[in-house]
Amino acid sequence: MANTQAMSTSFMGKLMTGTHNFGTGVARATTAADTFYAALLLASGTFNASSSNYTGTIGSVTMSGEVSGTGYTAGGVAITGSPAFVAPTATNSSVTAGVAFTTPSNSITYTSVTLATAFDAVMIYNSTQGSAGAYPAVSIHTFGSQTITAGTFTLTMPSNTTTTALIRLATT
Amino acid sequence: MALVTTTKGEMDESLLEKKEGSVDNDNESTTWVEYWLDGELVHRSAHVQLKQSVMLSAEAASFN
Repeated sequence: MANTQAMSTSFMGKLMTGTHNFGTGVARATTAADTFYAALLLASGTFNASSSNYTGTIGSVTMSGEVSGTGYTAGGVAITGSPAFVAPTATNSSVTAGVAFTTPSNSITYTSVTLATAFDAVMIYNSTQGSAGAYPAVSIHTFGSQTITAGTFTLTMPSNTTTTALIRLATT
Repeated sequence: MALVTTTKGEMDESLLEKKEGSVDNDNESTTWVEYWLDGELVHRSAHVQLKQSVMLSAEAASFN
């Protein structure tokens, strides 16, 4: 028998549910999951891993680089479902590796919108642990450039598995 | 009779020219539908099925 250096897979899962805090964190008012939004990003934008926040104001002021148009509300739409994200799962794949993962339960839909300027990405961000101008970003997901005319834009999520879940923390 | 929401209000689908398309690659599977009236785009919807996730890799550092 021997010990094996490894990151605890459960640690990664508990990062997703706010158990660990190595620095100055936030005072949580509840143990319930946070609320997350999905904002559409213009194809001309330059959002990437350094994009830390959604910098607009939900419901009133769009962020620079966010789409705008008839039927679209600044900040995008709330990710909904019961729960909005599938409960995070942490799974070991070997003595040194594992993955924690989660995916929105439902598709994200923008109904009856006209978005004339091309967009090609969505930013997922946390509306609970932030405030106007600084809602912390989670991720940016790209796709082929689109416009919408008096129609509906739907983003369907990948399967919630260790290899395809929308958000994964992993060790190899 | 199928009605389509357009920039000109609800219209009978039979009055419109319908165009459809799709894209399938490693990142997404996308379909779109357009309706045209006399050369003018009056409706466009799209459905993107994301296939890929974003992954953060973690590592426990060694002391030696």
